[in-house]
This record gives sequence, C-alpha cells and structure tokens, in this order.
Amino acid sequence: MAESPQSHSAGRRSRPLSPFTSIYRWTPTMAASITHRITGMGLFFGTIFLAWWLIAAAAGPEAYETFANLAVTPLGQLILFLCALGLIYHLLSGLRHLVWDVGHGFTPAKANTWSVLIFLAAILGAAGLFWLVYSQKGFMPL
Amino acid sequence: MSTRTPLSNVQGLGSAKSGVEHFWRQRATAAALIPLSLWFIFAVFHLIGQPQATVVAFIANPVHAILLGLFVIAVLIHMILGVQVVIEDYITAEGSKLLTLLLAKAFTWLVGAACLFAIIKIAI
Repeated sequence: MAESPQSHSAGRRSRPLSPFTSIYRWTPTMAASITHRITGMGLFFGTIFLAWWLIAAAAGPEAYETFANLAVTPLGQLILFLCALGLIYHLLSGLRHLVWDVGHGFTPAKANTWSVLIFLAAILGAAGLFWLVYSQKGFMPL
Repeated sequence: MSTRTPLSNVQGLGSAKSGVEHFWRQRATAAALIPLSLWFIFAVFHLIGQPQATVVAFIANPVHAILLGLFVIAVLIHMILGVQVVIEDYITAEGSKLLTLLLAKAFTWLVGAACLFAIIKIAI
C-alpha cells in the first residue's frame, strides 16, 4: 500500500494513496466483473481454434483428422473445456449485464446472489456438457 | 464562424466523436449472440466425433451456413469492441496502446477472414 511520505513525520494517520483493486475487500460482483473480462480475453484467443476447426473442415478429411486427433489429446481437451467454460460463463454473465442495463437486479443483495449463481451455473454447465459428450458419444469430444 | 449551435455540434456524438455507438454495438451484438451462441453450442455438440464429410454436409446446409456466418461476424464485432476497452483501460502509454489495438484488430480481421472463407468454401 502506498503511503503519503509525511504521514508519519506529521503524526497523522497513514492513508492509502491511489486505491486500486488490491485495496478492496473482495465481493461476488467484483469477482464476477473480473471473471467476465478474463473469460472475454480467453475467448478472444479461443477464436483461433474456431478458425482452425472451420479451415480444417474446408481443407479436407486429412486436415480434419489432424485437428480431431489434436483435440482429443489431454491439452486439446483442457483447451476445449476452458473454451466451453469461458463461453458459458461469459454468456450468462453478459445476460446479467444486459438485465442490469435495463435497470433490474441492481440491488447489492440481488447482484451478489446472481453473481454467485452464475459462477456455479457456468461450472455445472460446462461440466454437464462434457459429461453429456463423454457419455452420449462414448467418445472424447471432437 | 460556424452558424451551427453548440447543441447541434455535439448532438449524439459528445467528446469521443462517436456518441454511444461503441456502447450500443457492444449490447446489440451481445443480444444477437444469446440465440446464436446457444445454436452454436448445440451445433458443435451435434458435430463432435463426426467425420469431416458429415461436418461439411452440416455446414453446407444454407440455414446452418448463414447462422454460422452470422455467429462468426457477431462474435468478432463483439470481441474487438470488448478487447478495445480492456486495452484502453490497462495500457496507458499512447504508442503501446495504438500498437496493441492495431494488433488486436489485425488478429480479429484475420480470424474473420479465415472463418468466413472456410464457411463460404464449404457452402458453395
């Protein structure tokens, strides 16, 4: 925490200068807001895999096979899971932002409750989606 | 001297010279992406584990090609607007800010060109 240079010599109580995120107590809405940004940035880079998938499909069976074989590796699965988690979280959190934009659910209690629920829903949603794929297809995704 | 009133000079634009366009486009694409992403998740779920021929046949369907194209366009517009805000928030040096913004936009155009090229190639 930055302190004013005179704070001790002048005998005054030291107070923080330029408060930033590290100063504040964590709240669900704050965590949700930061996660919204992180997932957005993650999905930005995730579009590489969307482009890769489409180009591979357009290029032919061999290129598609190469992509599919990489997608089923543990690293491929991790990336795809993070993309799914990020997309579902960003979608739900974005929906919450749109509801806020029209002026609903903006009391601290409601905003905090929905922020926590969206975290849980995103994790359950992504895990559920992968569980469905593994169980229904009897097979690794992609 | 201009005969325009101060009100007419700023109307709908303000100091950023673009008014609420950025804010509004971010929300409009967000709203469009609610049904489009749900459709995309279902489409990917359907295509997982399928051979290339099935994937190509699915995308070649005009309805699917159009929806996929719209999804890609909405995603990329929404994404570059969002990333622009993040860059402007955290990069304060003018030179680095401009360079990072240009790189982010180049990346977005490149991904967009690749995706749309692939969809069009498959569909026609």
